Amino acid sequence: MTDAVFTGPATANGVAKLRRPDLSEGRIRRRYAAERRFRLYGILAIGFAVFMLGFLAITVILQGSSAFWQTRIALDVAIDAATVDPAGDRSEDSLRSGDYQAVVRDALRGLFPEVTGRADRRALGDFLSNAAGMVVMERVLADPSIIGTTQRFEVLASTDLDMLAKGKIRRDVPEADRPVKDQQIAWFDRLEAEGRITSTFNTAFFTTGDSREPEQAGLGGAMMGTFLTIVTAILLSLPISVAAAIYLEEFAPKNKITDIIEVNINNLAAVPSIVFGLLGLAVLLGFFGLPRGAPMVGGMVLSLMTLPTIIIATRAALKAVPPSIREAAYGVGASKQQVVLHHVLPLAMPGIMTGAIIGTARAMGESAAVLMIGMVAFIVDVPGSITDSSTVLPVQIYLWADAPERGFVERTSAGIMVMLVFLVLMNAAAVIIRRRFERRW
Amino acid sequence: MDMGTLPAGAAMSPAVASRAIEGAKMTSRKVCVHYGQKQALFDVDLDIPSRQVTALIGPSGCGKSTYLRCLNRMNDVIDGCRVTGDIRLDGENIYDPKLDVVMLRARIGMVFQKPNPFPKSIYDNIAYGPRIHGMAAGKTEMDEIVQLSLERAGLWNEVKDRLAQPGTGLSGGQQQRLCIARAIAVSPEVILMDEPCSALDPIATAKIEELMDELRENYTIIIVTHSMQQAARVSQKTAFFHLGYLVEWGDTEQIFTSPRDERTQGYITGRFG
Ligand SMILES: Nc1ncnc2c1ncn2[C@@H]1O[C@H](COP(=O)(O)OP(=O)(O)OP(=O)(O)O)[C@@H](O)[C@H]1O
Ligand SMILES: [Mg+2]
Repeated sequence: MTDAVFTGPATANGVAKLRRPDLSEGRIRRRYAAERRFRLYGILAIGFAVFMLGFLAITVILQGSSAFWQTRIALDVAIDAATVDPAGDRSEDSLRSGDYQAVVRDALRGLFPEVTGRADRRALGDFLSNAAGMVVMERVLADPSIIGTTQRFEVLASTDLDMLAKGKIRRDVPEADRPVKDQQIAWFDRLEAEGRITSTFNTAFFTTGDSREPEQAGLGGAMMGTFLTIVTAILLSLPISVAAAIYLEEFAPKNKITDIIEVNINNLAAVPSIVFGLLGLAVLLGFFGLPRGAPMVGGMVLSLMTLPTIIIATRAALKAVPPSIREAAYGVGASKQQVVLHHVLPLAMPGIMTGAIIGTARAMGESAAVLMIGMVAFIVDVPGSITDSSTVLPVQIYLWADAPERGFVERTSAGIMVMLVFLVLMNAAAVIIRRRFERRW
Repeated sequence: MDMGTLPAGAAMSPAVASRAIEGAKMTSRKVCVHYGQKQALFDVDLDIPSRQVTALIGPSGCGKSTYLRCLNRMNDVIDGCRVTGDIRLDGENIYDPKLDVVMLRARIGMVFQKPNPFPKSIYDNIAYGPRIHGMAAGKTEMDEIVQLSLERAGLWNEVKDRLAQPGTGLSGGQQQRLCIARAIAVSPEVILMDEPCSALDPIATAKIEELMDELRENYTIIIVTHSMQQAARVSQKTAFFHLGYLVEWGDTEQIFTSPRDERTQGYITGRFG
């Protein structure tokens, strides 16, 4: 009776036909050809990605690397006592109110005695940054005894001269179309021939805040702002999201409510950052009255953004811990909490840390959210605490990219380079942490 | 009852129960287990005698592991698993809501099919249980427990110079003995072993069988095995499961020489399974 149900593959004469694999040459050739094609596609895809990345990196480096050097003019400045010390008492107040720009300008004019006309003298003065006197003031404050002597200073050049020295202003375009005139070029060539044009590493770029003048604009404020924002974001989001993930994954009952929460967390990860920015604007600034543009608020908004990412990464890491380890711990009488804290969490740590760092790195490059809470203002000071107004790297890059001055072009690319270095460092940290914590089981 | 769909084992349960052992270490009555809608165990009545080895045998998927995991409530951690019936340890209902399941698992240790040492040092593998149960009042006491447990598991001589190395770096057989040492370190009364030798070579298997023979003096042991020879060698009592029913159980010798049920007969002679 049962035999009738399934008789298996049988031929008419009742003997199963023996099927052999088709080993014909054509078939095998086609198989290898398909495999080669598949590999070729892979190589093409990778090649394309590498090419685009290389193209991006090379343009950015070509445009931006010059920003790490700053052109200066070596001048023999006669430090006139009446000009730099108006009160004449050598007090700090008096020294700070001195007109150092004037002594530097006089030194430059001294090199070009033939320049007399008002307009020409102004054109010559345009070689100097309006912060050119700063080096003189600093040296005088440190050592007032040099007042009245003549000292050699390398003073900050204006952005026009800087661009000219870096070859970013082309000499072959008509005079009317370039910011420096023929006469200025002649002066510049003379200064250069005298060896007075120097190029030094631009440390100020990393220590100062933004400025309207390209040659004085630095990334220091944005870097500090980014650092404070990111630290706030990690300190807030890591504990909250790890706790939430552990509860959801290990303790929460599986029912409708936890399902809804899970779906919403996944949705939250896909919400555009501007929405989080609006939320921060309405709730943190509007309702709680927190300071505008402060890294604290930026960190809070970014932590909202990283929260779902870290929760998802943590849950995945917890799920990946082999059940045999949990069973082993339960088997010797560990309570649920002990199983989680002593065994599961340490094993999930690499995954959690990687998720946290990658989530934070993504948030760091995010500008829309922090724009909304006012981290976009023009801020000259480097923030000292999380409640000071500041900006962050992507926003600073955006602001510079928008500025009309030619000198900001290289700064924009340099900003991108610094930001990429930040990201690479964070991702490298993620890899190192994963290696460090990784264990076999 | 629709006898057409239920195997005869269901009807046999009362008969099995009537042969209950006096003063058994563990008893189970009408134990049923469901995984969601699917029933995996049907009315299992089984007594586990004290300080003997009881072997659970039967074809794959018949519910041996499921039954074993009922005994230390390991099924609690599986979603959708529901256990009904009555299981007692020394006359005390282990599914009593007032009972502390953590303390129960300290009294009933478990060794798993696949060796699963913690990814910690050999020392910490053994010390973990005693530590969380506050069994040692200092380093010297803990050292004593670790050494004693490893000695009883026959592993001490092989690992005494490398206690700080990870337990996962041992060979499969050594890992399994480490897991046995870990189980006995918390001084359980009962040890459950789910196919402890299935991943081991004959020499390691022989070592563990020898070990079971020694442990029997102090512990009640329940072992799941697919090897008839192993069941015959190490156990005093044998229970045969089939399709979620406990078909037959009794003295190992009787089961292997004169089984009452033809399914048992068929299984041990290798005619099905
Ligand atoms: N976690 C689970 N969820 C759902 N069903 C399960 C689960 N664990 C076991 N089962 C089912 O319960 C039945 C008994 O499984 P069990 O693991 O107890 O068998 P076993 O006798 O130990 O088999 P083996 O000898 O292969 O280990 C099987 O049909 C199995 O599919
Ligand atoms: Mg099993």
